[in-house]
Amino acid sequence: MDLLRFITAGSVDDGKSTLIGRLLYDTDSIKVDQLETIQKQSKNKGEGEIDLALFTDGLRAEREQGITIDVAYKYFATDKRKFIIADAPGHIQYTRNMVTGASNSDLIIILIDARLGVIEQTRRHSIIASLLQLPHVVVTINKMDMVDYSEEVFNSIVEEYSKMAATLNIKDVTFIPISALKGDNIVNPSENTPWYTGDTLLHLLENVDVVSDINFSESRFPVQYVIRPQSEDLHDYRGYAGKVLSGTYKKGDAVTVLPDGIESVIEAVEVHGQEVEEAFAPQSAVIRLKDDIDINRGDVIVTKTAHPKVSQDIEATICWMDNKPLVAGNKYLLQVQSRRVRCVVKEINFKLDVNTLEKHENISEAALNDVVHVTIKTASPIVYDNYLSLRANGGAILIDETAHTTVAGCMLN
Amino acid sequence: MPLHKLDYLDLLEAESIHIMREVAGQFERPALLFSGGKDSITLVQLALKAFKPGKIPFPLVHIDTGHNFPEALEYRDRIAEQTGARLIVRKVEDTIKAKGLKEQTGKFASRNALQSYTLLDTIEEFGFDACIGGARRDEEKARAKERIFSVRDEFGQWDPKKQRPELWNLYNGKISKGENVRVFPISNWVELDVWNYIKREGIELPSIYFTHEREVIVHHEHLVALSPFVRVDEDDVIVKKNVRYRTVGDMTCTAAVESTASSIDDIIAEINKTNISERGETRIDDQVSEAAMEDRKKNGYF
Repeated sequence: MDLLRFITAGSVDDGKSTLIGRLLYDTDSIKVDQLETIQKQSKNKGEGEIDLALFTDGLRAEREQGITIDVAYKYFATDKRKFIIADAPGHIQYTRNMVTGASNSDLIIILIDARLGVIEQTRRHSIIASLLQLPHVVVTINKMDMVDYSEEVFNSIVEEYSKMAATLNIKDVTFIPISALKGDNIVNPSENTPWYTGDTLLHLLENVDVVSDINFSESRFPVQYVIRPQSEDLHDYRGYAGKVLSGTYKKGDAVTVLPDGIESVIEAVEVHGQEVEEAFAPQSAVIRLKDDIDINRGDVIVTKTAHPKVSQDIEATICWMDNKPLVAGNKYLLQVQSRRVRCVVKEINFKLDVNTLEKHENISEAALNDVVHVTIKTASPIVYDNYLSLRANGGAILIDETAHTTVAGCMLN
Repeated sequence: MPLHKLDYLDLLEAESIHIMREVAGQFERPALLFSGGKDSITLVQLALKAFKPGKIPFPLVHIDTGHNFPEALEYRDRIAEQTGARLIVRKVEDTIKAKGLKEQTGKFASRNALQSYTLLDTIEEFGFDACIGGARRDEEKARAKERIFSVRDEFGQWDPKKQRPELWNLYNGKISKGENVRVFPISNWVELDVWNYIKREGIELPSIYFTHEREVIVHHEHLVALSPFVRVDEDDVIVKKNVRYRTVGDMTCTAAVESTASSIDDIIAEINKTNISERGETRIDDQVSEAAMEDRKKNGYF
């Protein structure tokens, strides 16, 4: 059994909570006592029906205001697969939350209200999905019951969305007509849409290929921690612990340690203290090298495949996530995997309108939720990949030097 | 090329080990909170694997409420010895005396809230900058909102509105002096994952997780073990039942479940069948109010 991480996107009225509620409910993931609690709370609020959103809104302030403030993670499983849902708020002011939730998702479900078709929100979510390079996009056209399960309505929305997607560099798109409320095409094929012969949503979620999204050809292994027991029996043991971000590592592989470019050969690959034939993404492993060289946390071990970039001058698309605006010329810490270096955001090249994809130039500041393209200079070289070509090693964060908060998510290029 | 496919337990394990190593790499003085319960037992196993063949590079810390199951304490000491990790125990009892704290009163008075005082004192005493805990997001709705690296201020407070966005697999553990980070490596595991992992790894458990006969008070739908810490009232119904524990907390506020499960396989079968959540079935303290857990966490609870 494997694991799929996905995010749902849509505004509150699109039925996002109902969809999550239905997936959880229909897979027996909501327990009796949890349902009872929600029922009680629904009564307290004076509502007639069970409010499934209460299941996803975990904070007092969220329940009081009836809005989702922050990303919540929900879990369910079927016989085939386990699922982690990043339930991100859909409001415009929460672009950063969507970026957060989408950053570690393999798939995004975009909800469209069948009565409204493609709206600004749909476009925004699709642009973010494309910026973050989510491998799979599932467009669920919801509330089909409200449009008499009309094939024409479905087809025209598919056409409208496809036209837009073509301009966005979105790869794998699937369309499903659903009613989250009534359960059409969620778990079981709907009799109301005999014209639809595609997968149900759950079937698609269970079968979408996640492994093929992992890059096994370019090997990246950032060192997180150096294991040196220095005990009597392991006097000379020196193992580099980290996670294989992409590719594979085998005993005998010639490797280069970046950014310094030191070369060596793999003496052994270990997973949980056992020597293994090879380690592959996304395993956590330990690599031992033949030569006794100085390697520290933050260094990246690569094999003789295409190498990552090593540079101090970086361009990146960033989503600004802090209330304090980004001002060109400010210094921050840039964290790429386990490497953290000082940097200066030299220039804001342009701001990307996440509704229209238009580029606005001559920008000197970026505010909360802005997506901007920047030029960064780092104090020492960092090892990274273009986010578009190797997602696993192309993401980074900016950290405020004094407040220590994470102020931006960066897609390096 | 061989098929590079990992089972979900391998995926969860790889992620958790990555987090453990980030803690060791980013912090000066981390600690692992260890109660002898199944979640923190899983953490110990993950830590062992993360740093093999080296030892776990941080101590195990137990905040002892004084209301523990003796079986869990015995287990705690034995595991600490086996792993060679340093075990630090600090007692809520001592904090109560030293600070003149007022204990909860009433039928199932718990020291859950007071535990935070001892924890914060312990963090200060040893200068811990990171505390690894076994909380899972599936346990409770406020937990579902918590980051894997959860920054706490010098009062140990969690402010859900000030959480740092957590992107990709990048964790920001930068803090100021006095602050600390609570790290939850098994955030993405659900109860059944923990049990399946314990089974796969052949991890030993305290005996209270398996069926045994015990005298319990029947309180609403909960079965609370008879112990020196629980007040027995005249109208209390005391019965002998075959029970096991689904979670190990305090004897005062952790309920047992009726069970015949004597092996991990039996337990997994029972959990697969049950329609009640872990916390709903066993934790009396969570049911005080809608936001009981959120409120405790805001005050420094782990």
